[in-house]
Amino acid sequence: MVEEKLPAVSFFDRNFGIQGHDLEKVFATALGRKADYADLYFEYRRNEGVSLEEGLVKNCSQSTANGVGVRVLADAKTGYAYTDDITIENLEIAARTAQYIAQNRPSQLPAAVSQARGEAHDLYPIKTPVNDVALEKKVALLYEIDKFARGLDARVKNVLVSIGAEYKVILVASSQGMVVGDIQPLTRLNVTCIVEENGNRQVGSFGGGGRVEFGFFVDGKDYERYAREAVRQAVLNLSAEDAPAGTMDVVLGPGWPGILLHEAIGHGLEGDFNRKKTSAFSDRIGHRVASELCTVVDDGTIPSRRGSLNVDDEGTPTHRTVLIEKGILKGYLQDKLNAGLMKMPLTGNGRRESYAHIPMPRMTNTFMLAGESPPEDILRSVKKGLYAVSFGGGQVDITSGKFVFSASEAYLIEDGKVAKPVKGATLIGNGPDVLTRVSMVGADLKLDEGVGTCGKDGQSVPVGVGLPTIKIDGLTVGGTRG
Amino acid sequence: MERMELSQDLAREILVMAKAKGATQGDVVMAEGDSFFVTVRMGEVEKISQAGEKRLGLRLFCGNSSASASTSDISRQSVERLVEDTSRMARATAQDPCGGLPAAEELAREIPDLDLCDDAARSVSVDEKIQMALAVEKSALAYDARIINSEGGEFSNHFGRVIYASSQGFSGEYTGSTFGHSVAPVAKFNGSMQRDYWYSSNRKFARLEPPKSVGEKAAQRVLRRLGGRKVKTCEVPVVFDPEMAGSLLRNLSSAISGYALYKGASFLIGKLGTKIASELMTVIDDGTIPGALGSRPFDGEGLPIKKKLIVDKGELRSYLLDTYSGKKLGMASTGNASRSVGEPPGVGPANFYLAPGAHSPDDIIRSVKAGLYVTELIGFGVNMVTGDYSRGAAGLWIENGELTYPVEEITIAGNLKQIFQDIDMIGNDLEMRGRIAAPTVKVSRMTVAGD
Repeated sequence: MVEEKLPAVSFFDRNFGIQGHDLEKVFATALGRKADYADLYFEYRRNEGVSLEEGLVKNCSQSTANGVGVRVLADAKTGYAYTDDITIENLEIAARTAQYIAQNRPSQLPAAVSQARGEAHDLYPIKTPVNDVALEKKVALLYEIDKFARGLDARVKNVLVSIGAEYKVILVASSQGMVVGDIQPLTRLNVTCIVEENGNRQVGSFGGGGRVEFGFFVDGKDYERYAREAVRQAVLNLSAEDAPAGTMDVVLGPGWPGILLHEAIGHGLEGDFNRKKTSAFSDRIGHRVASELCTVVDDGTIPSRRGSLNVDDEGTPTHRTVLIEKGILKGYLQDKLNAGLMKMPLTGNGRRESYAHIPMPRMTNTFMLAGESPPEDILRSVKKGLYAVSFGGGQVDITSGKFVFSASEAYLIEDGKVAKPVKGATLIGNGPDVLTRVSMVGADLKLDEGVGTCGKDGQSVPVGVGLPTIKIDGLTVGGTRG
Repeated sequence: MERMELSQDLAREILVMAKAKGATQGDVVMAEGDSFFVTVRMGEVEKISQAGEKRLGLRLFCGNSSASASTSDISRQSVERLVEDTSRMARATAQDPCGGLPAAEELAREIPDLDLCDDAARSVSVDEKIQMALAVEKSALAYDARIINSEGGEFSNHFGRVIYASSQGFSGEYTGSTFGHSVAPVAKFNGSMQRDYWYSSNRKFARLEPPKSVGEKAAQRVLRRLGGRKVKTCEVPVVFDPEMAGSLLRNLSSAISGYALYKGASFLIGKLGTKIASELMTVIDDGTIPGALGSRPFDGEGLPIKKKLIVDKGELRSYLLDTYSGKKLGMASTGNASRSVGEPPGVGPANFYLAPGAHSPDDIIRSVKAGLYVTELIGFGVNMVTGDYSRGAAGLWIENGELTYPVEEITIAGNLKQIFQDIDMIGNDLEMRGRIAAPTVKVSRMTVAGD
């Protein structure tokens, strides 16, 4: 067994007395005679949250969790067991439980499970995780933001601020002899403002973060921008009119509206759905699924981003994967199980929420590459439509391809000009079809601020999205005004 | 590091340790449980997962300031560090006049046996569970030739124990079990591919719906979606099937949560005692129903659980409150404190349901000349501050009182304040399939956006 002397490796040795030679016995149990592959996922995680409301830092909470998951693969079958008490004895018990999956299998040669290649990255070297910054400093920042936000507008009635920090150490060891570890810090700061005028109450939210240090928020006073944005959005909504209903041209602003790609395209290109042929994109590699202007990638290798990882949760180094190139579907997002069964390359997208969860193909940072149109030209080209610049969450039905995402800041476009703000409305479309109607792509690609969380099959993982300004010829807008 | 067993004794010991560190009040939540699930797909076992977990959470007050912490490491050293960290953090937060535990005299004196646990959680074999998952999928796949694929059948069960102790003198625990099975078949016909889902969940293994009927229901649901199309944008009556009507009730429960109200983040602020909904609407929250999924013998602060009238013939009669949010609003807790281990309390409904009305679902559909029968809603387009509502929808078009063709890629929109007022028929088909339940509901007018 080859051991790289990574800090994460020595961490589990030091804290739990787990060493390479102990694991060989566990793998022998896990594989039995009939399994193809087994891996262990050790995790240690500390989370801290501090929050302010009504001008008071009322809550501070902290949690510590550690555990290990044992996975056994036999063909398309997965056996899984986990424990939050990391001892060799418990690992043996978990390995026997996970082995159950392979027991009724007829004797045969093990199937090949794809092996990770390439070097792990070093995308988020940090000196002091936000968890280790003195609590007093975080408390002081929250008060500072509260004061600043209230000073921006007299209509601000309440300010909610929260900072969350995660410090996660993982170690993946496989029956193929791989041992790889990673230390994954993650932080997020959020500001929500509630404004009121003549009984009309509105809310605005803004936030950001990533795999970064505390200085990310305070060095350039970025938190002031978060507060300004939250207040601006809430105040804007005070004068927003009812949103229109029906199909119209829609211009999406840069950055977070990239959630369109995540919902409309990304999930449908995850390997598991395509292996099972339950995705609206099944068997469509090489086919046109978008206009020529669209090139979409999933890239887990961008330094410090919320969706980035040095290695995925199966130990595979993350990649930049081209999903759509000039409108043609090029590839899927894979984990080990599905890449092996589909005989396709690993892409470093095997992710899981924690040691208590089975890995599956998930996105990292998903975005469309910049085009050539100046954003002003894109708006000018629309006679009557909707300009949506900020969104809440979205969802997709993988099989029918129908997706939604809900605007939190939007305007009417009239004769090429941005006109009145309208209330949030849900936009609905058909995944395999929506990008074929992208008629202009801006030169202003922007990634989001670092607040995205994606849910699939009950598992949440941090992700990023990005988009240049784009124009979609005809998308259904779910307002109330016919 | 030697692991300790979770117990009420350990909880009380931790509270004594915390007092020695200067904490003025505190409470401990402990949870342990075993979880299992198996998924099968196209007649083969696909995933099996089995595990046990323990967590210990502590909240401490220093005067009126507080902090919370939790750990999965239940060793002496770890618990000592937890007490140390929590009391240190509790000194860093603000003094909050409304902070603190409920008064000792309000705490539950008896812990009723609500029949929440089924010994089958320990005795049903893995093979039997696999057979259940296989049977539910097989039933769906066999129902019709157009069902050609499946996202899988699943069986899952959980057995858990919750311990709660507070420095006000409360100490109690209970165990509970849940079982569930489900299937998500995929149907394809004339180029249209659709997926749908059906499930059954219960605290008692023997009370699960038979796998055959769950599979058949899933099959019927997916088949009726084949060939869905858009409709022209219009304003029409919208009939919510019981599952989707349940989502409206979920929205209501969020809007009357004490935390949303005192923060100014609900469209129902100040509406207690006023008419917020149609006279047909009566909503009840009852955590005392024996064997029900949302029942429990005491709430997350050790307070007794009551049956409450939430909406009485359209009038809002009660919010959902714990001690803190109650104090913020000048009211007593309603016994709705819900806890995650290591977090301060939140508020949640127990068994929250819309009382059944007089009409059969068929009568309700027959009353609509042209409108939408909604069977699926997706997305997060509900603004709790304003009540603005806009969600992606799929379902069936109603014409002259009959369900006709499937519709999809549309949205339904309105404002919850008006939607609740516009409920003009309620079905007699209430079934407590989950913690939040409703019968069929008809809203007289909403905007449907399509072409």
